[in-house]
Amino acid sequence: MKNLTHLDRLEAESLHIIREVAAECENPVMLYSVGKDSAVMLHLAMKAFYPSRPPFPLMHVDTTWKFREMIEFRDRKAKELGFDLLVHVNEDGVRDGVGPFSHGSAVHTDVMKTLALKQALDKYKFDAAFGGARRDEEKSRAKERIFSFRSAEHRWDPKRQRPEPWNVYNTRINQGESVRVFPLSNWTELDIWQYIRRENIEIVPLYFAAPRPVVNWNGVDIMVDDDRMPEELRSTAVTKSVRFRTLGCYPLTGAVESTAATLEDIIQEMLLTTTSERQGRVIDADQSGSMEKKKQEGYF
Amino acid sequence: MRLNDDLIESDIAAYLEKHEHKSLLRFITCGSVDDGKSTLIGRLLYDAKMIFEDQLASLESDSKKVGTQGENIDFALLVDGLTAEREQGITIDVAYRFFATEKRKFIVADTPGHEQYTRNMATGASTADVAILMVDARKGILTQTRRHSFITSLLGIRKVVLAINKMDLINYSQQAYDDIVDDFYAFADELATDLEIQPIPMSALEGVNITSKSNETDWYDGPSLMDYLETVPVGDRRLNTPFRMPVQWVNRPNLDFRGFSGQIAAGTIQPGDRVKSMPSGKQSTVQRIVTATGDLEQAIAGQSVTITLDDEIDCSRGDVLVSAEDPSEVSDQFQARLLWMSETPLLPGRRYLLKMGAKTVTATVNAPKYGIDVNTLNDVPAKTLELNQIGVTTLSLDQAIPYDPYDVNREMGGFILIDRMTNDTVGLGLVDFALRRASNIHWQAMDVDRSALAEQKGQKPAVLWFTGLSGSGKSTIANALQKLLFAQGKHTFTLDGDNVRHGLNRDLGFTDADRVENIRRVANVARLMSDAGLITLVSFISPFRSERQMARNLMADGEFIEVYVDTPLSVAEDRDVKGLYKKARAGEIKNFTGIDSPYEPPRAPELRIDTVNNSPEEAAEVILGFMREKGLLNGG
Repeated sequence: MKNLTHLDRLEAESLHIIREVAAECENPVMLYSVGKDSAVMLHLAMKAFYPSRPPFPLMHVDTTWKFREMIEFRDRKAKELGFDLLVHVNEDGVRDGVGPFSHGSAVHTDVMKTLALKQALDKYKFDAAFGGARRDEEKSRAKERIFSFRSAEHRWDPKRQRPEPWNVYNTRINQGESVRVFPLSNWTELDIWQYIRRENIEIVPLYFAAPRPVVNWNGVDIMVDDDRMPEELRSTAVTKSVRFRTLGCYPLTGAVESTAATLEDIIQEMLLTTTSERQGRVIDADQSGSMEKKKQEGYF
Repeated sequence: MRLNDDLIESDIAAYLEKHEHKSLLRFITCGSVDDGKSTLIGRLLYDAKMIFEDQLASLESDSKKVGTQGENIDFALLVDGLTAEREQGITIDVAYRFFATEKRKFIVADTPGHEQYTRNMATGASTADVAILMVDARKGILTQTRRHSFITSLLGIRKVVLAINKMDLINYSQQAYDDIVDDFYAFADELATDLEIQPIPMSALEGVNITSKSNETDWYDGPSLMDYLETVPVGDRRLNTPFRMPVQWVNRPNLDFRGFSGQIAAGTIQPGDRVKSMPSGKQSTVQRIVTATGDLEQAIAGQSVTITLDDEIDCSRGDVLVSAEDPSEVSDQFQARLLWMSETPLLPGRRYLLKMGAKTVTATVNAPKYGIDVNTLNDVPAKTLELNQIGVTTLSLDQAIPYDPYDVNREMGGFILIDRMTNDTVGLGLVDFALRRASNIHWQAMDVDRSALAEQKGQKPAVLWFTGLSGSGKSTIANALQKLLFAQGKHTFTLDGDNVRHGLNRDLGFTDADRVENIRRVANVARLMSDAGLITLVSFISPFRSERQMARNLMADGEFIEVYVDTPLSVAEDRDVKGLYKKARAGEIKNFTGIDSPYEPPRAPELRIDTVNNSPEEAAEVILGFMREKGLLNGG
């Protein structure tokens, strides 16, 4: 009899969590960010219900500043797998012309991401939303439950978390409250990459190194993805062999110089590298504890 | 990550292959405040080279700002994530950490030391294979250490590291170490007979005996902590127990496919195996074990699969597929150990939701038989359970469920209790055994049944439940109504709060727990009276919604009429017929409804009586009219 490996165990736990939500929640949704963790989560959802289809839609909160390749990938993937795909954009923000170049990362993220997510959850009255967050990403995540409860105002209260013994989850909520569910809680970045490799999961090509036009903005190399980037910045573009360790809004996602063109290359690079994954994200940089604050306010 | 493995550079594919087949160990660290848990985990991550350079940089700057180690790195800051924790210097919640060595992958639950977070520790312990109990060498075994060892053993952990930390502060004294070890063994003897204890002298701060043996303790011949963690066997004992799989979800993509999805809780399964669906006991044979990557020839405990059967037997979410040769038992009454996790104490007699596996049922939790003193492990008397208290109690469920004793299988015998109003998880329970009472006391079938008894009296039975504040006029109205019914030749009886408390309920006081029991008894008496064919008038304050709901559930459909005697507190207090409000305000009576004990008004009573604008006689006429309208005054 073969023993279960670490990845087998993580997979089995995630399938259990995903099924539990489908069985107990009225109106669940899977938040799809198009990144590698989302790709794994989507793959797990397909596995959890096979041969049935997952009984919930996908939702992408589109800040309108995502890489174009991400949007193409998103639309193709949803169609291939037969998912209903809901795309939500904060139209107020679009009308006010909110963007990272004009308003800075803080305002842009707050309006186009945090606020947009709340709008979307309220609009469709979802009582449960899957997210791809992992506990190893950041210190305040390490303490979050797999089923994380949010008040009707979408706030997280770290002191009122429910105990989660064994694999028994209390999914009950009061009117207006909702629950964020993190099936990848116990996965590490390395687990994700190994699983992508083992299961042959397709990910957005931006993760692989290729020659791309980049400019240096606020000390970080970012890619020129469209002409909304101010002309004076765009004119400084140079072509470098780069890849991305996380994917988000292109002006807020730092590129790393790399020649890693295969999964093995990426994993090798990751194992030998000396900076943690989130460093490429602009959000965390301002101050310690900033992620915890954002979470209390409703950032995913 | 600065892993020193040449394979990463030379042959990444080989490295990944090796890494993919590592085993997994989950462990928990617990102990008293300041014993150094967070420092230990920070040290393990640091020594396993799981800290990135940017994290190290922010750790160094944080150490100088808020650290407690002067210019040195404060490893605790690495794991004390929440802002509040950093400020207060304590670990509030359970945090999960991940690291790997050449031999194993580890998931660490770092759990709080404070007494008020014991429930979080139980959570961390519920999934752990090994417990690391931190002891401050200067202080020895404390109350907290005893409680934590008891809880980890209660939740089924049989491998314990007694980490005697801060040895540097007592000059690595062997004598002090031996004394603490002896102390612990004396205590642990009573915990569990099969406990395996590994004491290790260490200094998390100085890195002594963490990843390798140190010279400071040359008198110690055991393993370093890391040696122990990398080599302790993690045999999954669930594999050798009979097959169990709680059905999470019935998989029906189309009319031709019907599968049962779930995570296998125990044993192994193959196509062709005979299984039973519990609680129904219907048998069938496993046809296929379906997964997205192809059918399996065998599945084992821990895997999430979908099983199809040869026969169309009735099986739905919450049922359990079990080995037909060795099925689980089924019961609706249990004895269980209970850890209370809510600030609102257990209310014996109240109904809570019980979730075990994929099944949620309603359970009445009876008064504890006794509590357990975690210092002495002695039984102590307990009428209820407060936050973090452990006791032994019995539970009655509204339906029978399949189970195994917790000590045989965590998933099949561990449950949570959920408060039906707040939805909070309030208790954690471990099934010990089923009570035979339920199956042995059969209902005595009567030849002269309840409808015959009612018919004989020429009436339909009903229970009129008057609820409202003290002095609201419940008994006065009930009295007026009884006169009207009597005049019509109806057979009636009134159960009055004050009168019943002189006899049947003379042993009960006015605490919340006693009020619940008071109502439980009266509701059952009312039920017997309506079985006898009587129209029963119940006049009780009955302040809690859940107990009135319990009474309603006892009666046949349409026979329970909730009459809310809605008199504002100010009016009832002005009347003060019995002079009780005056005494309550003066503090002479405690737990008085409306003053220092809550009243939960009905949300949807059959009748609401306004006593400010209606006399008791008018109110009685209104109720009589309602009964007539509902056909309750017609012949039986």
